[in-house]
Amino acid sequence: MSNIELLTNREYKYGFVTDIESETIPKGLTEDTIRLISAKKQEPEWMLEFRLKAYRQWLTMKEPRHWPNIKYPEVNYQDVIYYSAPKQKVNKASLDEVDPELLRTFEKLGIPLQEQKQLAGVAIDAVFDSVSVATTYKEKLKKHGVIFCSYTDAIRDYPELVKKYLGSVVPVGDNYFAALNSAVFSDGSFVFVPKGVRCPMELSTYFRINNQESGQFERTLIIAEEGASVSYNEGCTAPKFDKNQLHAAVVELVALDDAEIKYSTVQNWYAGDEEGKGGIYNFVTKRGKCAGRNSKISWTQVETGSAITWKYPSCILQGENSIGEFYSVALTNHSQQADTGTKMIHLGKNTRSTIISKGISAGKSNNSYRGLVKVMPKAEGARNYTQCDSMLIGSRCGANTFPYIEVMNNTARVEHEASTSKISEEQLFYLQQRGISQEDAVSLIINGFCKAVFRELPMEFAVEAQRLLGLKLEGSVG
Amino acid sequence: MAAPDDLRKMSTQIFTEENSYSLAHQELQEEPGRVASWVKRLRDEAFESFAHSGFPTTEQEEWKYTNVVQIAKAKFEPFIKSDADEGITQKQIAPFIYEEANSSRLVFINGIFNERLSSLESLPGETVAVDLARALTESEQAEIVREYLARSADVDGNPFTALNTAFLSGGAFLFFPAGVVVENPIHLLFISSAENSRFASFPRVLIVAGRGSSATVIESYASLKQGEYFTDAVVEVVIEDDARIEHYKVQNESEKAFHVARTIAELGRNSSYNSTVITLGARLSRHDISVNFNHEGAECWVDGLYIVEDGQHTDTHSVIDHKLPHCTSRQLYKGILNGKSRAVFNGKVFVRQGAQGTDAMQTNRNLMLSNDARVDTKPQLEIFADDVKCAHGATVGQLEEEELFYLVSRGLHTELARNLLTYGFAEEVVEKIKIDSIKAQLDEAVLNRLHARLEAQ
Repeated sequence: MSNIELLTNREYKYGFVTDIESETIPKGLTEDTIRLISAKKQEPEWMLEFRLKAYRQWLTMKEPRHWPNIKYPEVNYQDVIYYSAPKQKVNKASLDEVDPELLRTFEKLGIPLQEQKQLAGVAIDAVFDSVSVATTYKEKLKKHGVIFCSYTDAIRDYPELVKKYLGSVVPVGDNYFAALNSAVFSDGSFVFVPKGVRCPMELSTYFRINNQESGQFERTLIIAEEGASVSYNEGCTAPKFDKNQLHAAVVELVALDDAEIKYSTVQNWYAGDEEGKGGIYNFVTKRGKCAGRNSKISWTQVETGSAITWKYPSCILQGENSIGEFYSVALTNHSQQADTGTKMIHLGKNTRSTIISKGISAGKSNNSYRGLVKVMPKAEGARNYTQCDSMLIGSRCGANTFPYIEVMNNTARVEHEASTSKISEEQLFYLQQRGISQEDAVSLIINGFCKAVFRELPMEFAVEAQRLLGLKLEGSVG
Repeated sequence: MAAPDDLRKMSTQIFTEENSYSLAHQELQEEPGRVASWVKRLRDEAFESFAHSGFPTTEQEEWKYTNVVQIAKAKFEPFIKSDADEGITQKQIAPFIYEEANSSRLVFINGIFNERLSSLESLPGETVAVDLARALTESEQAEIVREYLARSADVDGNPFTALNTAFLSGGAFLFFPAGVVVENPIHLLFISSAENSRFASFPRVLIVAGRGSSATVIESYASLKQGEYFTDAVVEVVIEDDARIEHYKVQNESEKAFHVARTIAELGRNSSYNSTVITLGARLSRHDISVNFNHEGAECWVDGLYIVEDGQHTDTHSVIDHKLPHCTSRQLYKGILNGKSRAVFNGKVFVRQGAQGTDAMQTNRNLMLSNDARVDTKPQLEIFADDVKCAHGATVGQLEEEELFYLVSRGLHTELARNLLTYGFAEEVVEKIKIDSIKAQLDEAVLNRLHARLEAQ
């Protein structure tokens, strides 16, 4: 071993627990649990039907344990609390009614919910365990016709929109975790940008898991009508618990003609300790449908947390000339495991997709890129470019690349490239002899490696992501 | 997923098919002769494994893109007549003979060695090149054969290897003692004579290259008639320290045939394995090729060219396993698809923990000449060491418009320009072939297919 690997790792900064009285339902999952969740949320009958249908389908499905490159003990789905909400008025008219303890929690996480304290131009939906506790700038957005609210509110206030699009991109029985989510999802964000509107501010959702026993099952739906555009960011953290917790989310995006959706994620769930004890199982289904001509959906993700990540943000390129993009940095350290990538399904003519994936593995972690590029027979002139680079830090980690390329049209052009590299002693030496400290040198090299992805992130997020990467890697190179 | 009813139907079909293999297997085992008891045991264990697993289905990740239900459904009859000569003449096999290996060839008819058609005059005295069936019974080589045979070709999880092993008998055993350098290439020519009969043949090849030896082996498959038959071949190559093996495989089976084959090479210290696989024939072909770096400092080239036409399906699965440090692998597979054809490529490169200093490169390029063609490619890297150089790439597409324009602007007819570029695409693999008559055969095959295209238009 060279002089690589040492220093101590900084504590997970967001590992605290908020002491708040919450209303939880008993552990376990049966039809009655679902009826109870639905009743608590005072949902209409059609919503309950949707959930029950999903539940019945879920019962017949098998957990995808064989194909992903991840290993974990059997999950006991009866040992999870499917609904946990801080005690407060569900229907909050203004922030003044939100429990100050909750506000303090989000402030501590760096997400002040009082509008006057915020970065101008970012509206936030804050989700705490199973429910959305506050959504800011709702009124301002409404003036432009943009709807930004919790899923629960959307089901109550805009049932027609929800009915039309719920499950239209990720069908109930799409996969095991999506089916589970469809049955028990508790809240999440809803965004609707009407025809011709460019959303005037960045939208953001912050997810926080607090309860040790509960899982988080949120759902996000974003609809951009003809010519609309929106940029949406999500962030997430959880306290440090020794027990693994389940997070199974579903995100659906719909872009109509000429619409554009940009979806950025900085995922920093608790990753477990060095030996892999505790941490979040992040089993997420994210998919966007470029339904209209010239539409565009762009996914950018910085994945640094979670004990296990199983996530493939995808694009269905249905409309002619539509564009799908996937930019990803996935960092794994210690005993983390990630199996992440994307699917680009080319259906329409002249559809284009770009995939840039950067994987960094350190410690004893295992990092896999898994991606599918599928060109269907009618996708004349489809084009894909994929680049997957991995970097290994230390000799006990793994980096894998599993690209699936399926082409059924000969006018298509699909390219895939992948390479593996390491931070070389020479690079470090060069920077250090120019007076740059070792840590800065490493961070410089990593940032250079990830630059193609970072520049896709909105400003504040990019800064956050760079800082996060530095923190996470601290100590793995020395 | 198939409905439960279909699945049930499918498994009954497979079951009856296993039954017919079962009878032939019994017949082979009861055949009078001096087959050693360990061979019989090997066959029995393999058959048991096959009977247990049955033919693979597309539910299995390794067979996701290739459906072998046609092989399972067809009533193939294992060709186990060890004394059948079939009365084939030298003249009939002449077109398949490579000049360079004219007096160093072993000819097999339906997987069974034919001494009359073979010729081994030019081989150095120490070299062993014999019928495997004989090596299994005669004591001289039996020890070496016993030590290496079926050592790397594991039957569990590989139903076709299991089936081949269950019918283990015909094939070739090549042994190059330490330090022997064989100048002339050795040609293993597998010919199918099937026309109306649906034979299944099970060629088995064991190549053992002793320390510091060097040799070239050509393995080719051809047919006299355009019959519907099934070849299930297994080739094991053991290369000891400092030895070099150059291996060419030319698969030109009948257009109605099924060809499933597996090649496994075990590499010693500082040894070298250079493989080129040419796929032209068969309705459905599948080739699994694996290279295991068992010692440091070895190198391999695993290259291939597949050219498929209307109605053909070809599938290559390769595994290059860097288990130890300082080994180098290079892989280039190119494919040209025409008509309603389909190609599958799955290339795995493993770099195990501790295999520092590995240098691995893998490329798969596909040229789709028709819009009915389909390509599924999956190059795959799994790396567990940090001081390594690994890269892979895959492309699927058409000819470059710019290159075409350049040629057309120089006065070439568009179709001619297209053919020239297609020919050039194939040349990258063809030009590395060191045996002129294989090269000539390939050039002709490429050009013939291009001319056929030109005429059709």
